[in-house]
Amino acid sequence: MITKRIIPCLDVRDGRVVKGINFEGIRDVSSPVDLADYYSRCGADELVFYYITASSDGRKLFTDILRETASRVFIPLTVGGGINTVDDFDRVLKCGADKVSVNSGAIRNPSLVKEAALRYGSQCVVISADVKRVDGVFRVFAKGGRENTGLEAVKWISDCVKNGAGEVVLNSIDTDGVKKGFDLEMLDAVCEAVNVPVIASGGAGCIEDFVKLFKALPKVDAGLAASIFHFGEVRISDLKKVLADNGIPARIV
Amino acid sequence: MTAIIDYGVGNLFSLRSSFSAIGEEAVVTSESRILREADRLILPGVGAFCDARRAFSESGTEETVLDLVRQGRPLLGICLGMQMLFDRDFEDGIHEGLGLIPGEVRPISETIEKGLKIPQIGWNALIFRNPSVLYKYINEGDYVYFVHSYHAAGCAEHTTAVTGYGGYLTASVERGNVFGTQFHPEKSGTVGLNILKAFTEVR
Repeated sequence: MITKRIIPCLDVRDGRVVKGINFEGIRDVSSPVDLADYYSRCGADELVFYYITASSDGRKLFTDILRETASRVFIPLTVGGGINTVDDFDRVLKCGADKVSVNSGAIRNPSLVKEAALRYGSQCVVISADVKRVDGVFRVFAKGGRENTGLEAVKWISDCVKNGAGEVVLNSIDTDGVKKGFDLEMLDAVCEAVNVPVIASGGAGCIEDFVKLFKALPKVDAGLAASIFHFGEVRISDLKKVLADNGIPARIV
Repeated sequence: MTAIIDYGVGNLFSLRSSFSAIGEEAVVTSESRILREADRLILPGVGAFCDARRAFSESGTEETVLDLVRQGRPLLGICLGMQMLFDRDFEDGIHEGLGLIPGEVRPISETIEKGLKIPQIGWNALIFRNPSVLYKYINEGDYVYFVHSYHAAGCAEHTTAVTGYGGYLTASVERGNVFGTQFHPEKSGTVGLNILKAFTEVR
């Protein structure tokens, strides 16, 4: 049976990852490569590297890191952040990324998803949407969640899937950072509308939140989180074990 | 030395790196001379079948590869590279495969329960069928990473593992010196590296 995926997201700025706590067996927690390797050994099913624009040197450092990670860590690697053109896809895929996640780039250029899917295949194109309720309607936000695009989220995501996006990362701005659980209502609405894998993001605060997510919404394929992993609040190996104990298919390493 | 056949499709960075990780020299190449020097060959592949099939034909490596395989050189096809090993493929029309293993490549929708997502993306467990030397370092039930909408059918005699996804999908095949994995060993963590290591020991 296919397992539910657990995906840590690493924000990378100037070649360093948002700093976490010191884990046993990891020399440098702000080294994205060391952290990626650590998560992989703990049972992470996939990794997301998110590029944060900081300086002109940042991009070169980022691709160096990708290359080093892909030569040491043998699980799927998704890259997001600053993906605006098919050339951006090409750049990160050559460095070892398996999938590329587009967010604002797809809002600015609606044909980006289609062009990338034609060239690299749908399995390579992930649509990542930051979504927030505005007057009871799910709206897509751009620029890291700062700007309301006015786009209705479920329709917009469905359109991206029709254009060839092979996976959806749904990040709820409403639950992000609150640590009281994933946005089940928003996830349900998107899962009903698309038939590609949906990755839940935003709101996980503890192991139980993942159990609730997969029990309430069996159509959700994966759970993504960042700080709770980096700060050691949830250990991926523990999380996997609890999922399995609750009858949720999980890959135990 | 292992030669990874470069016929212009897909990203071969991870694949080459995975051989480095197990201490095996691997070269990404489209040169017949290097292919002939290799102890074993890898046929990778992603994307649409007909594009990949055409690219392989036009790369000038196909004849060399088929010649080496006939001489007994081990060949491992991965994902779409595995699908090319069969007689026929039914992705967007009917396409001729390499005919190295009897069988055809069909949509997984014909086999799996309705309502399941297509493609199958993620980690799924191996269920062993015929014994395989590729699995000497791993166990039944180990997880490997899949991304596919098509799979090989009508090849039970040569199937070494399947995986359960609302029905059984062909995960790996083997016929003499020809091997194929529908999953990506280079993306399947330690389990995948152990499968590649076993392949490098095929004589």
